[in-house]
Amino acid sequence: MIYATILSNLKDLYERSWDSFGTLVLELPVENLYPLVERLSEELGFDLFLDVTAVDYPGREPRFDVVYHFYGSGHNRRLRLKVQVPEADPSVPSLTGLYGSARYMEREAHEMYGIRFTGNDDLRPILLYEGFEGHPLRKDYPIDMEQPIVEYREAR
Amino acid sequence: MAMMDFLTTRKDELVGWVRKFSLFPYPFVTACCGMEFMAVSSTLYDTDRFGAALPRFTPRQSDLLMVVGTITHKEAPVIKRVYEQMCEPKWVMAFGACATSGGFYRNYAVLQGVDRVIPVDIYIPGCPPRPEMVIDAIMKLQDRIAGERHPILPFEEQNPVKG
Repeated sequence: MIYATILSNLKDLYERSWDSFGTLVLELPVENLYPLVERLSEELGFDLFLDVTAVDYPGREPRFDVVYHFYGSGHNRRLRLKVQVPEADPSVPSLTGLYGSARYMEREAHEMYGIRFTGNDDLRPILLYEGFEGHPLRKDYPIDMEQPIVEYREAR
Repeated sequence: MAMMDFLTTRKDELVGWVRKFSLFPYPFVTACCGMEFMAVSSTLYDTDRFGAALPRFTPRQSDLLMVVGTITHKEAPVIKRVYEQMCEPKWVMAFGACATSGGFYRNYAVLQGVDRVIPVDIYIPGCPPRPEMVIDAIMKLQDRIAGERHPILPFEEQNPVKG
């Protein structure tokens, strides 16, 4: 069972673990993220990087959770990682060296939440446009704020 | 003078009648309303009956811009460019709730109605609209096209020099 192997072999890299509807979740400090993912990809058969996104908890310190999902096609198991980062320095190491697909997903998390991925050299907007101010999926972004790039017509 | 009035009226009717049965739509389909557009333009509901069937996939050959679906702020320059490329006379139809008013998307991404960037002649509400509503809108637009005035003016007024 791959989950038992993870829990015993990577014991010193994560802080907390629990089961979420059949998926193993690991919570870990940000400095352990890259070593842990390196072992996931090289030893434990997690060959598919599904997603990276973030969760904003306004008022909590540290404010953001960065959430990673992995999948191993050999053993058909998924794994979720959670890393907490503060608002003052929301940076995590980029996983582009291990998974090429991380490039696009890190760009999305960067523009939507303002998470900085150190090591990803291409953090241009991917869904938003050049010149967009702020990070729209943060909870303090005004819900009805518009940033049009075409001037509105006068007579409406 | 009475002869001239009579002649002008005939021209209005003729031009309006010709124009209203030769609408060439350009479907600018961006979202799920496109499924409804396909349904209404294919055999069961058949917009061909109204002379508005043949979609031209270039704005330069079309005169009815159908904005079918959600328009985002990122897409607004595209739809403006498409509208500017169309030759006169041209009409715009906002197809569905999103093109009309932004629909239920009130957020950072979505343009709150395509009439903020281009003038719209007819709006179809609904998410998505029923085919009957689309046909009704086409007929209403055709009535309006048929009722337009085309007065005979001196050449300078008919062809104003712009700029």
